Amino acid sequence: MAPARTPTRTRTRTRQRSRQRVTAPRNRAAAGFLLPFCLLFLACFIAPIGYALYQSMLKVERTGALGLGSETQVFAGLSNYTHALEDDRFVAGFGRVLLFGAVQVPVMILLATVLALLLESASARGVVFFRAAFFLPYGVPGVIASILWGFLYVPGISPLVDVLHGAGWEVDFLSDGTLLWSIANIVLWQFTGYNMLVLISQLKAVPGDLYEAARIDGANAWQVAWRIKLPLMRPALVLTTVFSIIGTLQLFSEPLVLRPLTGNVDTGYTPNLHAYDEAFKSNNYHGAAAEAVLLALVACVLSFGFLRLVGRSGKGDDR
Amino acid sequence: MTATEQTEPAGTDPVKRRREARRAAAARARRTGAPLRHRIITLSLLCVAALYFLVPVYWLGVSSTKSSADLFGTFGLWFSDPQPLDHLRDLVTYDDGIYLRWFANSLLYAGVGAAVATVLSAAAGYALAKYQFRGREAVFNIVLAGVLIPGTALALPLYLLFSEVGMANTYWAVLVPSVVSPFGVYLCRIYAAASVPDSLLEAARIDGAGEGKIFRVLALRLMSPALVTVFLFQFVHIWNNFFLPLVMLSDSKLYPITLGLSSWQGYADRQPVLYQLTVGGAFVSVLPLMVLMVVLQRYWRTGLTEGSLKS
Repeated sequence: MAPARTPTRTRTRTRQRSRQRVTAPRNRAAAGFLLPFCLLFLACFIAPIGYALYQSMLKVERTGALGLGSETQVFAGLSNYTHALEDDRFVAGFGRVLLFGAVQVPVMILLATVLALLLESASARGVVFFRAAFFLPYGVPGVIASILWGFLYVPGISPLVDVLHGAGWEVDFLSDGTLLWSIANIVLWQFTGYNMLVLISQLKAVPGDLYEAARIDGANAWQVAWRIKLPLMRPALVLTTVFSIIGTLQLFSEPLVLRPLTGNVDTGYTPNLHAYDEAFKSNNYHGAAAEAVLLALVACVLSFGFLRLVGRSGKGDDR
Repeated sequence: MTATEQTEPAGTDPVKRRREARRAAAARARRTGAPLRHRIITLSLLCVAALYFLVPVYWLGVSSTKSSADLFGTFGLWFSDPQPLDHLRDLVTYDDGIYLRWFANSLLYAGVGAAVATVLSAAAGYALAKYQFRGREAVFNIVLAGVLIPGTALALPLYLLFSEVGMANTYWAVLVPSVVSPFGVYLCRIYAAASVPDSLLEAARIDGAGEGKIFRVLALRLMSPALVTVFLFQFVHIWNNFFLPLVMLSDSKLYPITLGLSSWQGYADRQPVLYQLTVGGAFVSVLPLMVLMVVLQRYWRTGLTEGSLKS
């Protein structure tokens, strides 16, 4: 019994040893490849989150008569958070971007889907031109797009207002009621083409035989789009939707750029604008840190939903 | 006779016939396409959409040739006394040529930032795809979560952190955060897993090549289409970024073009010539990027379809 066992044991031991000999330099190489990115990721993603958490738990306390004495940082617990959540403007800003997202994101994804299906249908002509035309606005930075549309909204300079006026229709794109949807239009203009391109690339990954077979089996163009293409686009639809929601939460430059043009963009028009004003106008860094954490937290809840959705559908991409 | 006629189609022909029918249908579809009615509806819908996307760009092009007075005084969708060269000269000479400086800054931030980000992402993605080690999935999931963290939520604390170490309001303040691209790592990992065969790596190892050399010579070459994508994404991301430089920079000499133009726009009601400069500057600044986007369209990947790459 015993002599029979020893050779196997030594054999496994040598195999383990030889595996160690091979893996040690490989592990070192892997670490070398990973380290530069991980260090910078730590510095630019993890550290700011930790620092924001730390700063959000502090507050400035002034000593001396009338608070004119020296300033000291003291532990504040969660008071910055309760303060932010009790701030009507900050909460209203969250409500506003959520309403914005609930309307703008479905409209944009729907438009992107329709354009993708139209361009990929058999009856489309001039596909290269149209695809480029729709994608073009993605090359315009958000700030420039906002400056551009800002000019198109201001009466006196805008041909749009002129034309509508000529048609007997008076529109104020920058009034209290319309402003949010004017901003939604800027985002729609900028990102629909990009989302369309993502959806098209998903469609193109499907072998063309599938569509051909369906058509020969008697399916018309509408049925091919609805029954075959749309289900196949699901992963791309999930991806574009969640990235759009996260983008919506960060809404900032559009209202900031439109602010000089209208009196309807107040502090806290969006949560991001509120945090920015809190930090650089009120010099309340601790409050701003708390608001940044709250913003990341809401995004985190949505990301979690995204990961679950992705986990449930196509896992096949990453082998 | 009847028997042979029946057996022949029953034997080989159904498959062949169906294949031929399919080929004929495909050819017919290519030749005549869908019914004319469908084509007209599709084309008109596409034209309406194209108008929506192109008219603002057209307006910007027309308006960039106008003076501030004409911007307000004439109809926006047609030219009026166009003087593009004079306005271009005004643009690049205003305030000691600050516009060109902003342009160069943007190129520096986006070019250098995207190049470094691509190299870092390639190395990290390759390591995550091709090496087995403990905690690999944990690292990948943390990086993946980074894709979903809003950049603006990070910018404020990052500013506080950078001012502690005296890095705020320097080139580094914008460059350093720009070289980290979690999305790039994600894309590189998926692409490396699909396009760099293990057998090739083993063969190179048996030939005595070191791990670093294998990465530089083999992996980078095989991954190059994905690297173009990562570079493009990051370049546009940095070029379009507004919040980070806004928070980090106070010296207008360090501004990228987005921040510079928005500062002009903010002052325009006090200094009307800035209307003309903002519009012209915006047009000039979007031209190169728009050309880049359209020419390199096919490189915009998302990682969703990279797994099926080999088929």
